Amino acid sequence: MPQSERTLTHLQRLEAESIHIMREAAAESENPVLLYSIGKDSSVLLHLALKAFHPSTLPFKLLHIDTTWKFKEMIAFRNQRMADLGLDCIVHINPECVAAGINPFTHGSSLHTDMWKTQGLKQALDAHGFDVAFGGARRDEEKSRAKERIFSVRSAQHQWDPKLQRPELWSLYNVRRNKGESIRVFPLSNWTELDIWQYIHQQNIPIVSLYRAQPRPVVERDAMLIMVDDDRFPLRPGETPVMKSVRFRTLGCYPLTGAVESTAESVLDIIGEMLIATTSERQGRAIDHDSSGSMEKKKQEGYF
Amino acid sequence: MSSTDEYLVAQERKTMLRFITCGSVDDGKSTLIGRLLYDSHQLFDDQLAALEADSIKVGTQGSGLDFALLLDGLTAEREQGITIDVAYRFFATEKRTFIVADTPGHEQYTRNMVTGASTAGVAIILIDARKGVLTQTRRHSYLVALLGIDKVVLAINKMDLINFSQGMFDRIELEYREFAESIGLTNIVSIPVSALFGDNITASSSRTPWYSGPTLINYLETIDVSDGLDTSALRMPVQWVNRPNPDFRGFSGTIVSGSVKLGDCVRILPSGMQTYVKQIVTFDGEFVEAVSGQAITLTLTDEVDVSRGDVICQADSPAEVADQFEAHLVWMSTQPMLPGRTYLLKSGTRTVGFSVSQLKYKVNVNTLEHVAATTLDINEIGMCNINLERPIVFDPYTDNRDMGSFIVIDKATNTTLGAGMLRFALRRSHNIHRQAVSVDKLSRKELAGHGAGVVWFTGLSASGKSTIANLVERRLHAQGVHTYLLDGDNVRHGLNKDLGFTAADRVENIRRIGEVSKLMVDAGLVVIASFISPFAEERQMARDLMDEGEFCEVFVDTPLPVAEARDPKGLYQKARSGDLPNFTGIDSPYEAPLNPELRIETETTTAEQAAELVVAKLLSMGIIGPETSGRLRS
Ligand SMILES: Nc1nc2c(ncn2[C@@H]2O[C@H](COP(=O)(O)OP(=O)(O)O)[C@@H](O)[C@H]2O)c(=O)[nH]1
Repeated sequence: MPQSERTLTHLQRLEAESIHIMREAAAESENPVLLYSIGKDSSVLLHLALKAFHPSTLPFKLLHIDTTWKFKEMIAFRNQRMADLGLDCIVHINPECVAAGINPFTHGSSLHTDMWKTQGLKQALDAHGFDVAFGGARRDEEKSRAKERIFSVRSAQHQWDPKLQRPELWSLYNVRRNKGESIRVFPLSNWTELDIWQYIHQQNIPIVSLYRAQPRPVVERDAMLIMVDDDRFPLRPGETPVMKSVRFRTLGCYPLTGAVESTAESVLDIIGEMLIATTSERQGRAIDHDSSGSMEKKKQEGYF
Repeated sequence: MSSTDEYLVAQERKTMLRFITCGSVDDGKSTLIGRLLYDSHQLFDDQLAALEADSIKVGTQGSGLDFALLLDGLTAEREQGITIDVAYRFFATEKRTFIVADTPGHEQYTRNMVTGASTAGVAIILIDARKGVLTQTRRHSYLVALLGIDKVVLAINKMDLINFSQGMFDRIELEYREFAESIGLTNIVSIPVSALFGDNITASSSRTPWYSGPTLINYLETIDVSDGLDTSALRMPVQWVNRPNPDFRGFSGTIVSGSVKLGDCVRILPSGMQTYVKQIVTFDGEFVEAVSGQAITLTLTDEVDVSRGDVICQADSPAEVADQFEAHLVWMSTQPMLPGRTYLLKSGTRTVGFSVSQLKYKVNVNTLEHVAATTLDINEIGMCNINLERPIVFDPYTDNRDMGSFIVIDKATNTTLGAGMLRFALRRSHNIHRQAVSVDKLSRKELAGHGAGVVWFTGLSASGKSTIANLVERRLHAQGVHTYLLDGDNVRHGLNKDLGFTAADRVENIRRIGEVSKLMVDAGLVVIASFISPFAEERQMARDLMDEGEFCEVFVDTPLPVAEARDPKGLYQKARSGDLPNFTGIDSPYEAPLNPELRIETETTTAEQAAELVVAKLLSMGIIGPETSGRLRS
């Protein structure tokens, strides 16, 4: 069958679609923001944003919801990236959590995540009055996300309500919202984990060193390898951190993020490992194991 | 080179195909998609383990894998055992990556299927081999054709249950083909499959030796996805004006069809300005050429006025500009579509108000019959005439999906109520070739396609002004002329509700109406003003507000005794008995016009004839064009 030489490759199509989405959202919103969580998806999202508005600078700020429990390498990477790109990143730390000393060890992963991330995000969105927020979530991450819209409407209380969700046809996105409502926009909806890595490789996008294998102090706990990133980590009797060559497939709060044993140091090696990988990336997230349908619950509560 | 390197090189060449699967409940749609994911090794161990556990817990396959469970999303749905939305699945083979729109065949089928089909290039129509072509099969195929998908795979599933019988396969295929061709689907490939056991999905099945066509994956991997890239004309809806500094003014957007090269002559619509491509700017450097699907930024050689919503077109093959269309409308909201109500329409990057002026019929999607209707409910499809508040740039949907599609948005709640496909413009706005000037009366007139002016009816109460005025407006409207009727009803209750019937108030009444008419004429409308307007001086004042040739005074000449005898509202009687002071003709004078453009004697002329005379007068004055189009010939 004749196939034009100039037919776009799948990565070119994904890239163009994401750029189109970001331009639509920016053109039809008053106060957009990009939720920057430092991970690989955020790195790709930021790269696409730079492309979308080039040669202009980004027509929005970045927002990072810090929990004070992120890996040290993540914070260092964030600061370096912002300095290199000359970007403005708002860092929000939920003051209630600071006051109450919320942590994953005494309060459990659910409460910890809800208070730091979900509540923290709502505080920041309200304080700045953002009407459109770009996020890096993908449909392939989890079953319940397969039906998520690219433009996902949230009530004034930041709730996700199935009834508020709009049919999305062609590439015509309805960015209109009522007073108080906001829209989460997911330009990476149609990317898979493998697409993300291929794109990082192809475009040479900087990523946090945590994705690359290197010897790190870890303990094995609840069938997960947890890195002991600082001395706030309360070791249980009999637990001693051991150095293992590990890397991370997703990043979050270090006590809640499982590492995989690996020797993959380059993006190429990581992709090589992925091709023979036998577990999906979400397995490394303690939060998904809490209860069945937990992502969906999180979504309704306003986490992502 | 490492094997990963080689892999990545191969990866870089992969293209993408989006497709939709359609089938009735239990035809095996979920099983098929699950099978595609499974066969292309998209499942990780933990997902497989979850699938095995779920299969045992809630599956329908005994101890076997129930692939359908892979596809469930929301817990609420799973508990109710139904899926209520469109889900998107991803898998890849060595040649391509695929995005599957998975749309359940349940209650909301029309809404969901139309949504899923809107982004699909291929449709897989699934048939249970034991059941053959069903009503649902026809319904799905109609929607596929409506949404402009011309490549169809007829997957005749559960072949294992009919012993892989060639005879039955052939019968089903023949029956389907006949039907499909009747609705315009011609590019059909039929494949005998068993989703459950994998026959003819990735590998050719030894159980269908009589079948020599492609496997499903084979077909999906090789079907052309270039979408007429080399043959269609450039269209790029402008999304965002890119202005990093005063020296750079670029126009960002996605090319939806055709291609563009440096130096190409382009036309900006709707303004019609023509200019050349100076640069194709991207983050990855400047391009010499860009093609359909790419998101780019163009700069142009001339300082032309371009904004979001405009479309950059190939100069010698521009799109059309129009504001009235025949369109298919698919309604997706529980709040019914009401003709005449104003909604928002988003097409490309332009959003404008519009209303349905006529719902011609709705389509029974099961029988494809046309049914008379006054509204559209959720999941109903109608053929409508629509009227836009401003013209848009478009191509018919059948020529260009991106340029001919639109969504309908509720003005109050901002939700998406429906979607539609533009078939053709009801009045073809001429393609605009002139050098555009700033927007003035003349340019509005060109856009409207007819001139503007005032038809000013004057005459006694009950003389017949309103009857004739209404007929005139109906005729003009039918000819595609933008009109507005001003009469006591819509003026006295709003703008002039502070005025009574004293002489002073009558003057002020007419002054305000004159000023409003002037604004409307400036806006390009044919204003029909129907007021007693008893004083010659005020009528003159109104006339003086207009340009030469824009004021058509129509004297509806009915003698007082005749009008008084008609007295439909009993006003003369009240006036005679003194209950209604300052009534024209009784205790307030009426100054008959001496030189009206038209004088109508209602005793000898019917209202229809009168309306005809008025329209003819407007034509001879050059305010409107010949009746066939309502447009001025330029
Ligand atoms: N024997 C046989 N059964 C099938 C085949 N495909 C699907 N099924 C069964 O048909 C039933 C309905 O399938 P499912 O995929 O849930 O249908 P859906 O409603 O279209 O998604 C399930 O019990 C499947 O196992 C097939 O090719 N052969």
